[in-house]
Formats: sequence, structure tokens, C-alpha cells
Amino acid sequence: MFKEAIIDGLWKQNPGTIQLLGLCPTLAITTSVINGLSLGLATMFVMIIANSSISPIRKFVPDEIRVPIFILVIAALVTVVDLTIHAFAEPLYKALGIFIPLIVTNCIVLARVESFASKNPALPSFYDGLFMGLGLCLVLIILGGTREFLGQGTLFSGFDLVFGQSLSNISINFFDQYSGFLLAILPPGAFLGLAFLIALFNWIDQK
Amino acid sequence: MNNFINKNKIVGRTVLVMIIFGIIFSTILEFVHNKTNPIILKSEAEAKERLLLQVISKELYNNDLIDSFIKIKPNPILKNKEDIKCYIAKKNNKVTAVIIETRAPNGYSGEIKILVGIDIKGYILGTRVIKHQETPGLGDYIDIAKSDWINIFTYSSLKNTSKIEWAVQKDQGKFDYVSGATITARAVVSAINKALNFFEKNKLEMGIDV
Repeated sequence: MFKEAIIDGLWKQNPGTIQLLGLCPTLAITTSVINGLSLGLATMFVMIIANSSISPIRKFVPDEIRVPIFILVIAALVTVVDLTIHAFAEPLYKALGIFIPLIVTNCIVLARVESFASKNPALPSFYDGLFMGLGLCLVLIILGGTREFLGQGTLFSGFDLVFGQSLSNISINFFDQYSGFLLAILPPGAFLGLAFLIALFNWIDQK
Repeated sequence: MNNFINKNKIVGRTVLVMIIFGIIFSTILEFVHNKTNPIILKSEAEAKERLLLQVISKELYNNDLIDSFIKIKPNPILKNKEDIKCYIAKKNNKVTAVIIETRAPNGYSGEIKILVGIDIKGYILGTRVIKHQETPGLGDYIDIAKSDWINIFTYSSLKNTSKIEWAVQKDQGKFDYVSGATITARAVVSAINKALNFFEKNKLEMGIDV
């Protein structure tokens, strides 16, 4: 059960490259490693709490109105996370900004709740949320890294804004004079990057 | 007939469940909002104090800047829908600068709040975006945390920059912008220009006699 969740989440059913769900924030946010990582972690967190809180109440939810109720629960949870971070972790909130409210619109959360948590007990649902979230997070990091490297010639820039000043040295600058490759940063770059990533995944899968 | 009653039963049950879930989660939200709102408001006020210090320097005033403001009513120059604040910086009871908290209504995703610090001669001392929802990684370069673009307005005025030049370079103006996020820059430039125009027309009311 645990093993299955890992394999499904990270590879066989990876939300970013196989299920292709939640593409809107995936494509919009992944302009750098830190952006991808931040959105990935926030989404993973919401997926875990959404899965584990809906699974125990699944018996009380009538089939006809399960989707509106799931959306209600997810939206409420995301708002709670949003307000809590805003109140108690102001710097983190400033750095994540619009990412957290964006998670409500991410259909991967609803998809996992609907296809997994509404049919399974709490513990497997927790694993499912954890590893599906982790799978998405990894895709976001790889995509963000590729676009950041091509677009700005850097990697890991801006980590200090989210994780504190101690990490300000982690940023790597590859070229001294790099004018930037704008296409990689703009939305088409996201589509192209994701296409190459999916192709790579499929290629590895076929071997 | 039986079928009808059955159907009504299902409708009644689903409505009831929906209502119960609605009540539970709005109660949770209300509770969290009540707990967090005072903290959020307080930290926003503190952040603003720090921001005011970024648009004008500390030597320019010795009054209680946060509390000495006038409210600007909706007017045709700023086109503001609500009252906005204008802070008056005074040194030894003489006005040295004003800070207008203006709004650009036409950002790429909603309103952008900008602080514009203006000295008594109408030159910009500093500008800062204090609230925006522009696209992360694209339009958010107007935020000082992401880039120092916003500093290009410093020392600009209506005198040294003509009406046509008060625009982004794409529109034959003088101000730089990041391509792909022109709308954001356009909104900011126009809002700052409006703030300067408002200042010129109303400086007597702000206590500046030139």
C-alpha cells in the first residue's frame, strides 16, 4: 500500500507528466526552482490535509453532491492555510503571495479526493496525498529549474526570500554576461518545457 | 407516488447535508479569521511604516508621520473610488514632503497600491508598490523585493518629464519596462503620473506655499 503510493505518485500516475492535471498553476508559476518548490510544497500540504480530512467523512457525503462538498472542504482548508501563514509567517506569505489561493483552482487536489480519498480509508489516503503531492512537486522543481537555467542563466536564485537569509549564497550564476532567453520564462516556454519533460518520461518508460 | 416521495427524500437529504457542511466550514473559517485578522492588520501596519521610510528619508521629517495624513476624496484627477491617504511630512512644522498612497486600478490582475513620495518642488523622492497581485515571475518586478525597477521614477517630475514621456518606452515614453508584462508597467507609470498631477493642483491644500 505504501510502496504502491510511492510508485504511483512519483512515476506511474505522476500528476504533472501522466495525469496532466492542475496544469494552470504548473505552467504559470514554474519560472524558477524556488517558485516551483514553493508551489509544490504548498500544494502537497493541501493535498495531504484534503485527502486525510475527506476520507474519514466520506460515508456522510451523498453521492449526488460529493463534488460541491469536496470543493467546499478544499476551499475552506486552503483559506485556513492562507490566513494562518499570513498571520504567523509574514515573510513566507510575502514570498508565496498568490501561490496559496491558486491551489484552490488546482484540479489535481479535487481529482485525488474524488478518485482516491472518497473510496479509501484515512491512512492510504494520507499516503496518496503525500506522494501525489511529492510527484507534482518534483515535476515543478525540474520544470522550474530548466526554465530558470535557460531563461536567466541561474539556479536556486531567490531561496533567501522564502527560507531566510542564511541561504542567500545558494544561488548559482552560470554565465557572467547572460542576456536571458525570454521564451523560456514566458508561458510558451512552460508548454515546451513540459512537453520535453513528458517526452523524456515516456522515453525512459519505454526502455 | 412512491417514486415521488423517494425522490423528495433524496433531495431533502442532500440539501440537509450541504447545509450542515456549509455551516461547519463557515464556522471554522469565521473562527480562523477572527483569530488571525488582528495579527494580519498589525503586521500590515508595521510593514507600511517601514515602507514610508523607504520613499522619503528620515532627515526630512520629525513629526509623527503615520498619524499625520489627510484623506483625499474621490476626484477626477486620481480617479479614485475610495478615500486615499496622503501623508504630510513636516520638519519643525514646515511641510517638507508628501506621500500619496495612490492606486493603479488597471494592473494585469487587479489593483496595485503604490506609495509616491513627492518633495515640495514636485520631484519624486521615491516610489514603492505596497500591494499587488501581478503574475509571479513576470509582472512582479514592480515589487522592490524582486527588482529595483520601481526606482526609475526617482527625481522625475512634471517639469523634467513631458506629458508624452510619462509612459513606457513601448508607447514612446521614457520609462523602461519588462516585455511580456507591459500592462503592469503602464498601470504603474500612469498612476504615478496622476499622483504628480494631483499634487500640482492641490499643493496649497497640503500646506505648501510656493
